[in-house]
Amino acid sequence: MNFSLTEEQQMLQDSAARFIGQNYSFERRQKDTSLAQGFDPELWRQIAELGWLSVPFSQQNGGFDGDATDLMVLMEQFGKGLVALPYLPTILLFGRLLDLAGINTSYSKLLGQVIEGNIQGSLAFMERQARYQLSDVKTEAVRSEQSFVITGEKALVLNGPNCDKLIVSARTSGGQYDEEGISLFLVDANASGLSRTDYRLMDGQTVANFYFDQVKVPTEQLIGQEGKGLMLLKRVIDQALLGTCAEALGLMHRLTDTTIEYSKVRKQFGVTIGSFQALQHRMVDMFTACEQTRSLLFRAVCSAASMETNEHQKNLHALKVLTGRNGKAVGNEAIQLHGGMGLTDELDVGHGVKRLMVINSLFGDADFHQQKMVIRSLEA
Amino acid sequence: MDTHLSADDLKFRDDVRLFFTKASPERAQQLLKNPSTFKQGTLDWQKQLYEQGWVAPFWPTQYGGAGWSVTQSYIYERERVAANAPDVLPFGLKMVGPVIYTYGNEEQKQRFLPGILTGETWWCQGYSEAGSGSDLASLKTSASKDGDDYLVNGTKIWTTHAQHADWIFCLVRTDQSGKPQNGISFLLIDMKTPGITVSPIHSINGVHSLNEVHFDNVRVPQANRIGEEGKGWTYAKSLLAHERTAIARVADSMRRLEKLRQLASRETQGRSVMIDDPVFHARFTNIEVELMALEYMELRVLAAVANNQNPGAESSLMKIKGSEIQQSLHELTIELAGVYGAMETTESATAADIGHDFGNQARQDFMYGRAATIYGGSNEIQKNIIAKHILGL
Repeated sequence: MNFSLTEEQQMLQDSAARFIGQNYSFERRQKDTSLAQGFDPELWRQIAELGWLSVPFSQQNGGFDGDATDLMVLMEQFGKGLVALPYLPTILLFGRLLDLAGINTSYSKLLGQVIEGNIQGSLAFMERQARYQLSDVKTEAVRSEQSFVITGEKALVLNGPNCDKLIVSARTSGGQYDEEGISLFLVDANASGLSRTDYRLMDGQTVANFYFDQVKVPTEQLIGQEGKGLMLLKRVIDQALLGTCAEALGLMHRLTDTTIEYSKVRKQFGVTIGSFQALQHRMVDMFTACEQTRSLLFRAVCSAASMETNEHQKNLHALKVLTGRNGKAVGNEAIQLHGGMGLTDELDVGHGVKRLMVINSLFGDADFHQQKMVIRSLEA
Repeated sequence: MDTHLSADDLKFRDDVRLFFTKASPERAQQLLKNPSTFKQGTLDWQKQLYEQGWVAPFWPTQYGGAGWSVTQSYIYERERVAANAPDVLPFGLKMVGPVIYTYGNEEQKQRFLPGILTGETWWCQGYSEAGSGSDLASLKTSASKDGDDYLVNGTKIWTTHAQHADWIFCLVRTDQSGKPQNGISFLLIDMKTPGITVSPIHSINGVHSLNEVHFDNVRVPQANRIGEEGKGWTYAKSLLAHERTAIARVADSMRRLEKLRQLASRETQGRSVMIDDPVFHARFTNIEVELMALEYMELRVLAAVANNQNPGAESSLMKIKGSEIQQSLHELTIELAGVYGAMETTESATAADIGHDFGNQARQDFMYGRAATIYGGSNEIQKNIIAKHILGL
């Protein structure tokens, strides 16, 4: 039994902590998220140079071949630093899907550009009506000679306004809710017939709804097997889910630390508010929530090598339930204990809370995964 | 034990209901939602109530109030919320008005009360300071005598709608010696007085309603002081119990719960809708049970007031449970919206373009709603009050 990092992982953690600590103040985040893209492309280029964009990709595709622990280490630092970068959409969703699809020259080349930081990508997997059901797909792709013609709408596409290419899930057969019959396609962001509406989520990141009006895609841009896209999509999202939970843990630690520090300096009734036992216990609860989440994160990391097993699936559901619940509790307490200051836009606390709330809603919230637990535990 | 209404009360309820159907509250709500029409919307709505004679239901009739009974006020509030009609802004009508008619002199009553009723004077509240939140009595904004005037110096914070205000009512320190509570006076200050500047505070919901108000040698006639010097704390405190009961917002939560039920019946998840989701069931009914209890807690407080008993520390219970319920409702609503609960609409990306009609509002309500457990005396302070004054600890 061993929960310590390897020397290499420790180095990744230290260098990430150092780089983010030196280059990414809260003021920097405020400035970056106010840009049209919602992040600073120069910072993206810098972390490409540091090799961070290659972490989760297989060696054959030019990646670092990092495992779940490497990903956890890096993502937790992104959370601690409240870093606004499209690592999730471009690397963990778009890039990893290409990576998983196989070792193929055109994908490898494209991935090479992703790793160099020259390509932004998106994964368009959500629809208006679908809520958290990946298999609820109305967008259709109809085969026509050497191409597929895609029609429909994809909603809430992370990084949508910035992406050069996107992967879209569309139905090639079956009914709206069927797990079979979903296929994945690589589409150019400037493809003819493709339009979009841009907006933001509360954490400042930019997203878009894409409208496909008979968008023609050559058959070689079908990723994986026709009609079997859901399995690939699930695998990518399972890994991204673990990564975002690590980011959430970093955020929870940041909020807890900030709150403890504030309670040591904020005075009311002539003493620091941290001296009140009622508030001390609340901060102990915040700390406990962090440690509890870390335990489940380690648990999921330990089973990540066998992704499809019942054990790992159950671990992921449990992790997402607890990250969602504890994230909310820590976020709410951080605001409450900061009093009125916690409600202002100029303090980092509210921004951390908003990022945690976005993470809770991505890939199914705590309630959704609690229901999925039922299948893995009570009905197993 | 019963909660039956008398024939007169039922007649009153029908009158109120009729008024609200005619008053087109939806139009008023639309104006209030948009920051550029907020002030006009507020004033238009208040004018309608003023003309009906209902703008200050609980004020004594001699000062222009309706002189309603506690039961009538309660019925009115229920009907108002059921009709989704806006509430009046509290600063003039519910806060400074009662202080002026209770503790002010004749000249002050004649000068200030009419403008509060018509809405002609827009008031804001200057109590909190950066260093004085829960510990309000430690406030430092000073008023020192200079001839017939005071010179006021300091900064007030969290001042709602100060950017629109004509006047501000302030707690200021007129005596540095002795117990902090005893050196506080209640001053009315014209916002146009030289030396006052207002700077905005942007909230985490992206809205600007809060401000800082800075006073730099602001000259205020002593004639603008309410009551005696050094008694301001007592005057302000006498209103706090009312504020706590009001911010429990029972009727508003009941309407939100009903709205949530409707939203959940059309929010799809695969083949089913969220109203059929077992986890949603549990959360929804948990809130409903809490709210059912709060409804009767409110009635008990009202019954006590009707029998001329003081609601006192019990109002702290209502504030705690009321604000917790509001936050649970905000939380369940934003989560019902899924990822759409995180979206921000803009003019070029409307709810219709994006595909969700309540996510944006749910986000704003959730974020701003975090304040409910902080303002009006944080819930931690309310628990201290209960521990001390009810439990005798």
